[in-house]
Amino acid sequence: MTKDINEDIKWAKINEDVLRSMENPRKGYWMAIAGCLLLLSFAIGAEIYQYNVGMGPSNLNWPHMWDLYIATFIFWIGMSHSGTLLSAILHIIHADWRKPIYRFAEAMTTFTLMTAGLFPIIHIGRLWNMYWVLPYFSDRGIWPNFRSPLVWDAFAIATYLTSSALFLFMGSIPDLAICRDTATGWRKKLYTVLSLGWRGDDRQWRHFRKAYLIMACFLIPLAVSVHSIVSSDFAVSIMPGWHVTTFPPYFVAGALYSGCAAIITLFIMLRYFFRFEDYMTIPILEKTAKLTFAIAMVWTYLNIIEFSSIWYGHDPISKELLLAKFYGPYAPYFWAMIFLGSVLPFTLAVEKLRRNIPVMMVVSLFLNLGMWLERWMIVTPTLSMAYSPAAHDVMWPSWVQWFIVFGSFGWFGLLFLIFVKIIPSVSMYEVKEMIFHRRHMAKKDIAEVMHRRTTDKKTPATESPGLEGA
Amino acid sequence: MSLSNILEDWSKYRKTREDGGFHDYEHMWGMAIDLNKCIGCNACSVACYAENNLAVVGREKFSKGQGMHWMRIERYWDEPDLGEGRVSEFNQHGANFLPMNCQQCNAATCEPVCPVAATYHTPDGLNAQVYNRCIGSRYCSNNCPYRLRFFNFYSYYEDSWPAPLEMQLNPDLSVRDKGVMEKCTFCVQRIRTAKDKAKMENRQVQDGEAMTACAQTCPTSAIVFGDLLKHFNPDADVVETQVTNMWRTHQVELGRSSQNKQNPELRGYRVFEGLNTDPCIMFLERVREV
Repeated sequence: MTKDINEDIKWAKINEDVLRSMENPRKGYWMAIAGCLLLLSFAIGAEIYQYNVGMGPSNLNWPHMWDLYIATFIFWIGMSHSGTLLSAILHIIHADWRKPIYRFAEAMTTFTLMTAGLFPIIHIGRLWNMYWVLPYFSDRGIWPNFRSPLVWDAFAIATYLTSSALFLFMGSIPDLAICRDTATGWRKKLYTVLSLGWRGDDRQWRHFRKAYLIMACFLIPLAVSVHSIVSSDFAVSIMPGWHVTTFPPYFVAGALYSGCAAIITLFIMLRYFFRFEDYMTIPILEKTAKLTFAIAMVWTYLNIIEFSSIWYGHDPISKELLLAKFYGPYAPYFWAMIFLGSVLPFTLAVEKLRRNIPVMMVVSLFLNLGMWLERWMIVTPTLSMAYSPAAHDVMWPSWVQWFIVFGSFGWFGLLFLIFVKIIPSVSMYEVKEMIFHRRHMAKKDIAEVMHRRTTDKKTPATESPGLEGA
Repeated sequence: MSLSNILEDWSKYRKTREDGGFHDYEHMWGMAIDLNKCIGCNACSVACYAENNLAVVGREKFSKGQGMHWMRIERYWDEPDLGEGRVSEFNQHGANFLPMNCQQCNAATCEPVCPVAATYHTPDGLNAQVYNRCIGSRYCSNNCPYRLRFFNFYSYYEDSWPAPLEMQLNPDLSVRDKGVMEKCTFCVQRIRTAKDKAKMENRQVQDGEAMTACAQTCPTSAIVFGDLLKHFNPDADVVETQVTNMWRTHQVELGRSSQNKQNPELRGYRVFEGLNTDPCIMFLERVREV
């Protein structure tokens, strides 16, 4: 069995490799930046047009009041969840293989949230009045409607964005200090401010550990609640196909699923752009793929639950809608979603395929396409075929919607690519920690040593893995 | 605004909504629509356009589903019975008409989902829409099982009434701009006028004093509009109305999700009552020879 990471790697080389990533990426990086800018500029053009004219050109109509904007909003919110999974949940359960890849996953969380947050603003009719959703003090004493899931959304997303950005920043302080020590010019000033006077002494590490653990514990329930609240946008309504009790766990599973697939995509991209072959290794990719496969099966199971509870239930309208999903005008997209979401992940179960980088790149992109289709298939069929038969209608989104949807990928990509160029996208101190642990404890039973360390105070310090890399 | 003010306001607010709904009604405007009488002429719809400054969007936008018809006549066709497995693409006869305007539900599903409380229940039993407050999240329309809410997808006023047609706009209510949701108000401006007049003359609003444009225009008097509060609460301080009588005659009760009629021959029903929206419009079923 191959090791997750080369245990003989020198600590200085880690610093060197990671710091180099911020200097001279491959050409592909700049091409990606250009592509993102292009997508974004189209979207900005479409949005300016929509702002001036109204929501009409997007082909939204009665009864299709929501469409791709909301579907893509859920898609981006969902993607944000895996960063928390990697950085917080795996941190707490001591899965140390996450260490080389959690930083960019955490960054992905923050930037997908920043992308998702744009969509409610883009989609509302009078976006200049968006702030009315927030409970600010006004002379007129008017409050938002706290019963509305959209207000819960505003709170949930704002909280999640703030805490995940804070978590991302906090986790990178020791690395920023390393950058500060070697950087020159404007970067030196930037890192000096950002590293908050980190010197790497014992007291600082102790506080840092504690704060990091507390943030991790805080983020896990938050992440779960955020997507549950987003699902209540639909579950709280009375529409067939939306009013589904299993939506909160279904949304959370879908969120982790698309997020893990996105992590694989970005993993491969960064590995190529920044020559991170020593850190983003094939065994780690394999572990991520296994995780994705497990979540894919949970998602499939919840899908079956949803369909069968409608099928065996007594609600004729929901049942009719389910059949319309199977055979109706949107059926090709529905079956594409089922294929991409439930069948395609079986490629991840084959060892040969999940060790193959080009295959994984393609598969992970298609998994995310499937998850995007899933969100679309939640929003649109219900609107096309709800209670009132007079309002049955099929609508296809116009170029304005498509431009903005594609542009959101440009926006996310741009933020992400700029971030990985400025902040080390591999956590140097944690990789050192990981290597240190593995090197010193490979022969012993790790769990036993860890246990002795926390319970038995008399254990000699030589066995303690408490030495921190700096 | 201080904390004590907020708490005071909150307890005041809770007091009026103890059972999860509004209870301090002054009126409860409602309708009865007799489908036996409806001939599907669309006069009600036209009257609504004239009274409520509804934008005329043109054929192209209308066929895209971006029209603004607060009052619509839904058409349902009989299955053509040609026998012997012969199928006709076109329905020759057997149209059923169903005039649908906002059902002014007492437990409206659109109200709780609006993020800015732009739609709320008034003491008149109306499901009000505040255009100035609306930010256009369109959740209300998505959550309306009747699909009776319409959105301004464009600034329709710009070319809806070319000069001098803007002279015929009703000055009693606003013209809506893009990005705002709108729907049937039961001609709230007319209700307002009637209430003000009655108040000045120090008397109750009489039956027929407030009249919606559709009810006024209907050539067969299929639509009856009036105050239902006496039906909801027999002790209420309002006049007896024709519409209350009709609801009583047909044994349709408010505040229920299913009716318990003693006489199943009675024709009254409410649309999608089972969803527990408690609509204020009663329809009288059409009776036909078989």
